[in-house]
Amino acid sequence: MTDIRDAQMVGRTSDGRLVRRPLSGHLTVYINFDMVMSVGHRVTGCAIAVGTIVMVWFLVAVSAGEDRYATISWFLRTPIGYLLLFGWTAALWYHYCVGIRHLIWDTGRMYDLPTVDRSRIVILGATAVLTLLTWLIALT
Amino acid sequence: MADAKGLKIDTMRSYLGRARGLGTAKGGFNHWWMQRLTSLALLPLTLWFVWSLTHLAGAPYATAHAWAGKPINAILLLALIAATFEHMQLGVQVVAEDYIHTKSIQWTVVVAVKAASALLALAAAVAVLKIAATTG
Repeated sequence: MTDIRDAQMVGRTSDGRLVRRPLSGHLTVYINFDMVMSVGHRVTGCAIAVGTIVMVWFLVAVSAGEDRYATISWFLRTPIGYLLLFGWTAALWYHYCVGIRHLIWDTGRMYDLPTVDRSRIVILGATAVLTLLTWLIALT
Repeated sequence: MADAKGLKIDTMRSYLGRARGLGTAKGGFNHWWMQRLTSLALLPLTLWFVWSLTHLAGAPYATAHAWAGKPINAILLLALIAATFEHMQLGVQVVAEDYIHTKSIQWTVVVAVKAASALLALAAAVAVLKIAATTG
C-alpha cells in the first residue's frame, strides 16, 4: 500500500484471497446499457411510488360512494389519465422484471457477462409483452 | 478485479479490528432483508392486482364495490397495501440517501416519505375495511 486510503479498498473474496475491491463504474469515463437499466430500476420505482397515490384514490373512491367513483372513472379516461396508466403499467412491469433479476443476483447466480447480456434482452422483451398483454386484456 | 500482489496487510490484526470504522453495523441488514421479503410478497400480489384491474376496467360502481368487498379480495388488498408501502418507503429512502447530499434535506425527505407512505397505507386500508364492512 502506498496510500493510506488504500486501506479502505482491501477486501477478501469468498475463498479468502486478499484483493483490491473493484471500483464502481465512473459516469465520466464510460457508460453502458446496464448502468442505464440500473438507473431505470430506480426511476421506475419512484414513478410507481407516485402511482400508488392513484391506487389509494381508487380504493377511497370505491369506499366513498358512486359520485367519487364517477370522478376517478372520468379522470382515468381523459388522455392524461390514459397516458399515466400506460406509463405506470410499463414502469411496473419493467421494475417487476428487473426486480426478479435482482432477487436471482442476490443468490449469486447469473452474474457472468454473457448471461447478463441475455437476461437484459429477456427483461426488455418481457416488459414489452406484459405491458401490451395488460392493455389487450383491459381493453377487450 | 486487480490482483492482490503488492498488497501488504498486517495479518496480525483481527478481522473485527480491520472492519471497525469501515461501515455500518446497525440496521442495514434488516433494511436489505425487508426490501427482499416485501418484493417476494409483491411478485404474486402484483400479478393478482393487475389481473383484477384489467377485468375491472370500465366496470360500474356496484361491480367494483362488490369486488373489493369480497373477503378474499379484501384480504389480498390489505396484504398488497402493506407490502407495497413498506417496499416503497424502503426504496425511496435508498434513492434519497444516495442522491441528496445535504444531510438536513436528506433527513427531511426520508422522514416525509415514511410519513406519507404510512398515511397512504392507512387511508387505503381504512377504505378497504369500510368497503368490506358495507358489502352484504
